[in-house]
Amino acid sequence: MSSYDNKITVSIAGGEPSLPSLITLKEQTTRDSKKMSPSAQNKNVGATLDKLFRNTTMFFAFLVFILLFGIIVVLFVGSLPALKAFGPSFFTSPAWNPVEIQFGGLVPIYGTFITALIAMLIGIPVSFGIAIFITELSPTWLKRPIGVAIELLAGIPSIIYGMWGLFVFAPLFADHVQPWINDNLGNLPLIGQVFQGPPMGIGMLTAGIILAIMVIPFTSSVMRDVFEIVPSMLKESAYGLGATTWEVVWNVVLPYTKTGVVGGIMLGLGRALGETMAVTFVIGNAHELSPSLMMPGNTISSALANEFTEAVGDIYTSSLITLGLTLFVITFIVLALAKILLIRLSLREGKQS
Amino acid sequence: MRTKFVKSLPLIAMLIAGITITTPSFATDITGAGATFPYPIYAKWAESYNVKTNVKLNYQSIGSGGGIKQITNKTVDFGASDKPLKPEELEKVGLMQFPAVVGGVVPVVNIPGVTDGELRLNGEVLANIFLKKITKWNDAAIKTLNPSLALPDSAITVVHRSDGSGTTFVFANYLSKVSKEWSDKVGADTSIAWPTGVGGKGNEGVASYAQRIKGSIGYVEYAFAKQNNLPTVALQNREGEFVKPNIASFQSAAKFADWEKAPGFYEILTNEPGKETWPITGATFILMHKVQDNPANGTEVLKFFDWGYNNGGLMAKALDYVPMPESVVKLIETSWKSNLKSKDGAAIWTK
Repeated sequence: MSSYDNKITVSIAGGEPSLPSLITLKEQTTRDSKKMSPSAQNKNVGATLDKLFRNTTMFFAFLVFILLFGIIVVLFVGSLPALKAFGPSFFTSPAWNPVEIQFGGLVPIYGTFITALIAMLIGIPVSFGIAIFITELSPTWLKRPIGVAIELLAGIPSIIYGMWGLFVFAPLFADHVQPWINDNLGNLPLIGQVFQGPPMGIGMLTAGIILAIMVIPFTSSVMRDVFEIVPSMLKESAYGLGATTWEVVWNVVLPYTKTGVVGGIMLGLGRALGETMAVTFVIGNAHELSPSLMMPGNTISSALANEFTEAVGDIYTSSLITLGLTLFVITFIVLALAKILLIRLSLREGKQS
Repeated sequence: MRTKFVKSLPLIAMLIAGITITTPSFATDITGAGATFPYPIYAKWAESYNVKTNVKLNYQSIGSGGGIKQITNKTVDFGASDKPLKPEELEKVGLMQFPAVVGGVVPVVNIPGVTDGELRLNGEVLANIFLKKITKWNDAAIKTLNPSLALPDSAITVVHRSDGSGTTFVFANYLSKVSKEWSDKVGADTSIAWPTGVGGKGNEGVASYAQRIKGSIGYVEYAFAKQNNLPTVALQNREGEFVKPNIASFQSAAKFADWEKAPGFYEILTNEPGKETWPITGATFILMHKVQDNPANGTEVLKFFDWGYNNGGLMAKALDYVPMPESVVKLIETSWKSNLKSKDGAAIWTK
């Protein structure tokens, strides 16, 4: 009995005891029946190794904290000169003048939000449609090709999207879509000026659309994965009650997968906020605050990509680092909000059932 | 197992020794960092120079700003910058500078029906376009300069660099010299607050925007305009002549520049005199510490550039750079003698 006990404790504590150690253990436990001390010794060795293993993995895990903390500290220290020079008005000033050393982050911060918003407005419905089609409507033979295509799209480096956007999409957009937008939406009351501008093919709207294309593979593949885990019994029961596909999706699939869908959207939003190269190619990189989506703008990450290498002088560099810190904080807030949303969703679920 | 290892020890030792022997101990590698604009010519020179002398140049084209930072921190043997440092800035960090090669910056246009060199502009009109004061191609000011051209009634889109760049510095410096309003409102630096326009990253970014957007005007390095067949403009220089950008008109600017009277070679070759002179020309500069911690490396750097000045002219021209005129090279090498010293005060260039 004692030998049996011994083996159990070791294998539980050791997590994954290797084969040789088990064998030696067996040999020893048979000898153990009379003497206890060698077994205790062995146990000690196992326990020490175990502790070592636990501490090593813990160290690796804590590396994440150290890195995160290190990045925050470096960004904060780096941004101090600019924050000292401009104070909180850095975040509200549209000025960006390296000659007179006047910097403000409003234009890139605004651009980051607007392009991400456009990307989400386009990306979420399309991803949702793709995921629904694959899981609910598509004939079986088509599911795989579409799934593979989406995964391939997700794997394309962002600079390729940027080049495609600049060389293929922007000219087509300028020649065929922007004039139409100008003529038909540009004269609307109130929101008209949002759609007015020279048809250059580059600008905030183009950047938002390219971002949407980049976000779609991520969000749609996450949505597809979570839609697939909905038990078919639930769905078929709903169909049995006479529900249409739309009703099944809206009333059964979506409520069941809420958290996963929100997670997918947040993953996409994270990419849209931080995407650099593709946006830099098509946004026009101008530090200009314009209500029109057709006009060039700037985002935080593209401003950094453009200007960091040649930024001369402490305040200039520091202003760019402050922008980096801002992006860090924005991403952090977005993730935190997503987490809170998910927690509240699951809480409400608990109450309902 | 162990005995085998012990037996092979001498062999390993021999191998290691062999490796050290084959590395020539007399060749010093020189390191530099900075401007991206002259990178192709430095790389070309370095390749040929390496074949001749076995000295390797390791040049990182990280941008002028980075080059200045790195040479100030002494992590490289020389820094390179498209924007010269002012004499007082040089003094502050104990650096000296000298020009390496000259290049031209050219306005490129995309106007339907207008071919290379057809459009004539002068400095003031160019400045007003970039100041957003002239917004249509058929503006009276442009028409007076081009009575025979059919200019469309379309909006002008300005294309500029979005990244900091020596090209921007040279271009803005020219505009500051020819337009008081530009110099008051905008000024000149490697990045500036543009009154209007879209920004492209790098010469290639500006070039591709200029090709995409109808009715656009941008500025790029000459080599870039030439290699991509972008339509350039004829620009009126200080003597009132309309000149086209080419090696000859850049060389004229380098020749007429008064280097002798420029302390610390702080000379920007914009709006220089000379009938054939292209007005938007600029040199790219090399930065070195006046007191060399490692004089042997310093001498190697100077040998490299001396070789480049004397033997690299054709290579430079093939890549659309303008080599420094002989008279200027003499001035540069004289300044090496008097400015660059080792720690004990001995000149590191004695040729």
